Amino acid sequence: MINVATTMNQDETLDISRLTREQTALEIRGLNLFYGSKQALFDVDMNIARGQVTAFIGPSGCGKSTLLRCINRMNDLVDNCRIEGEILLHEQNIYGKGVDVAALRRQVGMVFQRPNPFPKSIYENVVYGLRLQGINDRRRLDEAVERSLRGAALWDEVKDRLHENAFGLSGGQQQRLVIARAIAIEPEVLLLDEPTSALDPISTLVIEELINTLKEQFTVVIVTHNMQQAARVSDNTAFMYMGELIEYTDTNTLFTTPAKKKTEDYITGRYG
Amino acid sequence: MDNNNLKKHISGQFNIELEGVLNQVLVMGGLVEQQLTDAITAIHKQDLEMARQIVANDHKVNGLEVQIDEDCTRIIAKRQPAASDLRLVLAIIKTITDLERIGDVAKRIGMMLLDNADKKQPPLVSMENMGRRTVKMLHESLDAFARMDVEAAIEVHKEDARVDREYESIIRELMTFMMEDPRSIPHVLNVLWCARSLERVGDRVQHICEYIIYFVKGKDVRHTSDEDIHSMLDR
Repeated sequence: MINVATTMNQDETLDISRLTREQTALEIRGLNLFYGSKQALFDVDMNIARGQVTAFIGPSGCGKSTLLRCINRMNDLVDNCRIEGEILLHEQNIYGKGVDVAALRRQVGMVFQRPNPFPKSIYENVVYGLRLQGINDRRRLDEAVERSLRGAALWDEVKDRLHENAFGLSGGQQQRLVIARAIAIEPEVLLLDEPTSALDPISTLVIEELINTLKEQFTVVIVTHNMQQAARVSDNTAFMYMGELIEYTDTNTLFTTPAKKKTEDYITGRYG
Repeated sequence: MDNNNLKKHISGQFNIELEGVLNQVLVMGGLVEQQLTDAITAIHKQDLEMARQIVANDHKVNGLEVQIDEDCTRIIAKRQPAASDLRLVLAIIKTITDLERIGDVAKRIGMMLLDNADKKQPPLVSMENMGRRTVKMLHESLDAFARMDVEAAIEVHKEDARVDREYESIIRELMTFMMEDPRSIPHVLNVLWCARSLERVGDRVQHICEYIIYFVKGKDVRHTSDEDIHSMLDR
């Protein structure tokens, strides 16, 4: 029997349990994480698909932000944090010996919950990463500013005031500016840690729409408390609970016919 | 599926809304079942008073359909149901459409009886057997719906084959009448229409069973043979 619905879906959804090497942006292998003696992540295994949006959902304290931070080694900054297992980017373990963390973070950009522009002009915010790399050629910087701001769907709103202070922008605009700053250095992976939780509903929709266009160029991984947001923006969703990866599948399946009862209970708002 | 699972949402108001709409579906199902039972009795006994009553009651069925639809729309807008909750709301929306159409069948049988009241025509064939069987199927499907019982739904789903066989034998009988006396054709066509409608009731009950399976198992078994349904659910 031909199932019309699945045949139609196959163009859009990759089977994330069977990604080829080209389709895989990141491989997380047997990841355990301890804060002191407390274990926060338990043996997480997952492949993140290239050029798609992957969402991590789960209740507070389930480890989804911790997992996200592992991907660009933000947890290195936390005292007492110990990590076992590996995360492969281009088949290189990012926790391997001799890995240049600064170089890693150029490949894996991150945007946080609250917009955190630097106290500089809009222009200087966007080119900050490029200047750090020693790029000062005016024309290259100008191009990068326009490309990044267009990419972050902010260009039309700020093109006449690029040299004004970034703090003059609204919260939603600031968040898009931070995204523009992150994509200016052309990372491969963009990590978004609850990027809209401090924004109003309309700004949220603008960012969600932006995420949808970002995946054409970048692999996007997003942590969100808002389940409907995960359902709207992501291609694949991982549900985490108490530091474990409970279910990881394409978003359509997870939100209509989840396989695990815990997932079902969480996304339908029942007691876990 | 544990039916009590419905009541476990953190939002008590959501529990109340879902239970409320589910109860309304059962009320509507009960009403439709009564209408269909009456329609078959009315054909059998040529009971015009009963036929009138059926026609008069149809607006209640329609009213319930509209009201349940509105409730479901409100739940989708306000609660954004996901997973089994979403499947439940979808199953309800589809179930009531089929229930309403079964209600329409009862009403049209009533109207046909009233239209032909003065003609004093014999019923030609007995549709009581087939009628009772469809009523039984409807009753059992509503039972399965109330308990969200997949096994029961599968059993009811199989029953339709017997309705189909009875329908075929009625057709054969009616064709004999038409061949023997062409003047009987207008009347036979009416009877044929009744038989056809009852046969369709069996199909609609099958749909309801499919929605139950969809809700509980998350598998869409429409357009699937009885034999394939089992293998699909085992997977």
